[in-house]
Amino acid sequence: MANLTSNFIGIKSPNPFWLASAPPTDKKYNVERAYEAGWGGVVWKTLGSEGPPVVNVSGPRYGAIWGADRRLLGLNNIELITDRPLEVNLTEIKEVKRKWRDRALIISLMVPCDEDSWKDILHRIEDTEADGVELNFGCPHGMAERGMGSAVGQVPEYIEMVTRWVKKHSRMPCIVKLTPNITDVRKPAEAAKRGGADAVSLINTINSITSVNLDAFSPEPMIDGKGTHGGYCGPAVKPIAMNMVAEIARNPETRGLPISGIGGITTWRDAAEFMALGAGNVQVCTAAMTYGFKVVQEMISGLSEYLDDKGMALDDLVGKATPNVTDWQFLNLNYVTKAQISQDDCIKCGRCYAACEDTSHQAIAMSADRTFTVKDEECVACNLCVNVCPVENCITMVEKPKGWLDPRTDRKVGDYANWTTHPNNPSVQAAE
Amino acid sequence: MTNSPLTPGVVAGRLSPQAIAANFHDHEPPLDRHEAHVAADRCYFCHDAPCMTACPTSIDIPLFIRQIATGTPEAAAKTIFSQNILGGMCARVCPTETLCEEACVRETAEGKPVEIGRLQRFATDTLMAKGVHPFSRAKATGKKVAVVGAGPAGLSAAHRLAMKGHDVVVFDARPKAGGLNEFGLAAYKTTNGFAQKEVDWLLKIGGIRIEPGKALGRDLSLADLQKQYDAVFLSIGLAGVNALRAPGEDKANVRPAVDFISELRQSGNLSSLPVGRDVVVIGGGMTAVDAAVQSKLLGAENVTIVYRRGQEKMAASGYEQEHATSAGVKIVTNAAPVAVHGNGAVQEIEFAYTEDTPQGLKQTGETFRLRADTVLKAIGQTLTGAPEGLAVEGGKIKVDATGRTSLAGVWAGGDCATGGEDLTVTAVAEGRDAAEDIHASLMA
Repeated sequence: MANLTSNFIGIKSPNPFWLASAPPTDKKYNVERAYEAGWGGVVWKTLGSEGPPVVNVSGPRYGAIWGADRRLLGLNNIELITDRPLEVNLTEIKEVKRKWRDRALIISLMVPCDEDSWKDILHRIEDTEADGVELNFGCPHGMAERGMGSAVGQVPEYIEMVTRWVKKHSRMPCIVKLTPNITDVRKPAEAAKRGGADAVSLINTINSITSVNLDAFSPEPMIDGKGTHGGYCGPAVKPIAMNMVAEIARNPETRGLPISGIGGITTWRDAAEFMALGAGNVQVCTAAMTYGFKVVQEMISGLSEYLDDKGMALDDLVGKATPNVTDWQFLNLNYVTKAQISQDDCIKCGRCYAACEDTSHQAIAMSADRTFTVKDEECVACNLCVNVCPVENCITMVEKPKGWLDPRTDRKVGDYANWTTHPNNPSVQAAE
Repeated sequence: MTNSPLTPGVVAGRLSPQAIAANFHDHEPPLDRHEAHVAADRCYFCHDAPCMTACPTSIDIPLFIRQIATGTPEAAAKTIFSQNILGGMCARVCPTETLCEEACVRETAEGKPVEIGRLQRFATDTLMAKGVHPFSRAKATGKKVAVVGAGPAGLSAAHRLAMKGHDVVVFDARPKAGGLNEFGLAAYKTTNGFAQKEVDWLLKIGGIRIEPGKALGRDLSLADLQKQYDAVFLSIGLAGVNALRAPGEDKANVRPAVDFISELRQSGNLSSLPVGRDVVVIGGGMTAVDAAVQSKLLGAENVTIVYRRGQEKMAASGYEQEHATSAGVKIVTNAAPVAVHGNGAVQEIEFAYTEDTPQGLKQTGETFRLRADTVLKAIGQTLTGAPEGLAVEGGKIKVDATGRTSLAGVWAGGDCATGGEDLTVTAVAEGRDAAEDIHASLMA
């Protein structure tokens, strides 16, 4: 078994799998059960200022979308930060940390946007012995209406200012949690770095309406006939989250800034992908909320096996794919593949044919006996047939060697060349 | 209880009424809403779907399954009924394992097809339970069509003709409509009087009058019908039964399997229905299986299906054969009846072993006897009572692809006509297509 011990900005945990700040981490009972199940760390559900706790709705808080067999693909919520008294949380955090010294325990914080509020909360959490703080600049609903959460995270100047206060009034490692509800995620990450953040974590949830009740004509979850946008998470958001992680990892301004990856991580493979794109560890919520804490055991065994197979250490994985994330303009336009259908694996459903014939390049032939074959002279290698085929690896993209004559373009496969030098690119200056 | 499976002879009440009721319960219970959604999720929505091609009525299966998956089973039912108005019965009795489900790509992929038949039943039951009829009649055409035979082909033709605005009279020799849906088929496939409920529901279209107890050749003549109606559709089925052609066939308790099944289907009290202790069924098709399994379910001790050719030649599907053997029926193949023994009533039946040779089926010379107090013949039905003047081919009324017979103005379909297998679903397709052709020719 590969060693999964993780050291993220000096915070040690037996594995890189943390539970994200959310309902699974809102009290001692849950957190201890999570640790027992094997989670390496938790980010305690966001604490607010002292005083009367926030109030949640007493109707449904979650909405969802499902795939086949009602498999949950996306979840949205309108829950706020912790609704338990601050003192109760602080007492429990202290008890848990003392009992579970080898596990990471981070406290998520969200208080009003003034220095005294931050100074006060940092002072209050000081003797919990927690390993660090995560600044919740991401929550997109409810708290944002009160000038907190994503209302801060959408203004880079505020992020920088608050991060500076936190570093000024605390010696704890500081992670800034970013909202995806923004045009260019590099800007808030740069601001966090300027403010002195030790790391960023992303993504928080995405503004969303998951469904509309077609009898009551209200968004769901529906509270007394009305709904509000919630925060979207789960497997459906993973591609969005991974792009944002990669953008920060490869941005010259933020390169090297540690990232805690969040967004739809459900299996060891998801975690490995985030880490390959540059995340130093990962945080999970929806998978645990869907299947329970036990899912971490598959993540641990899967990642260990993968690292053993590759002969890699955990740290070797972090950022291993980052150099290969590039701009479209640098993609090799002389790289040619063609779809190939394995007749042995084909079950003759014809979905590749329907997809290609109706919506792509009319590059698949169908015979009277339902044999499906690729027409190389039409195939642009778009990959749609691969993606709609219900049998894994039945259709594959075969790379063509240099010198192979592509019957579609009537040109031979050549050396690497990209758009920046392509004759059709109007920006290319002809050599004088 | 005085009788048991071991009571000698042909007697009623071999099992308790509770046991019989349990035995004749719906043998494949309907899917509930959740089960239907899980099953529907498995459909790949294939292009030019093989299941649809395999269906004799060409139901748009991927579409109706998608309609179930999206929470609109009533729309799914309409998709089914627009091609097959007896989609409810076909969902119960179709040998899906040799039709749509055999062609399902998930049969290829995993050996587990999408449960098309059960999904069809879910959709059709949902709509029919609402008591609504999803079709309405076109403007009256003033044309009258006679349909002879109220089985699946006749009912299908009548419905389509009524829908097109024609007035239809359906004659049937039996006391009620339904044909083999009502008088044939195993009871556990169509429980709770479904066949009659389906007829009643079908008739809600309007414009169809059923005339029971009227047989062609006895109460009606084709010539009269041709005079009185603008078109005639014959769906008279196969009323005759093939003979064993073995000495002793005339002994008591040697009878057609279809008569036994019909008696069972019409019995209001299965505990009063006599059944033998040692039942031998001769034949290899669905009728043989239906007769054998139901004999067993009534409490017969030993039930044996004997088929003269090899197992692979049996018309009953592998699924049906397995259903029979799991019910406790023994299947003997490559054995042909050569003599029925007994003093008045059958006591034993003697078989000769056979082998398939390039020159045909040959008896090996070795024989054996089975104890039998009942012999049910299920070796095929024959056309009887076909009107004079109609061309007949291979024992069936000769028709073209649209059901036209050799006489102008007379169409035929279902088991009595050439083309297709003798299945409910095939009969429905033939009735529907003939109706379309009748309509086209009446309106031309």
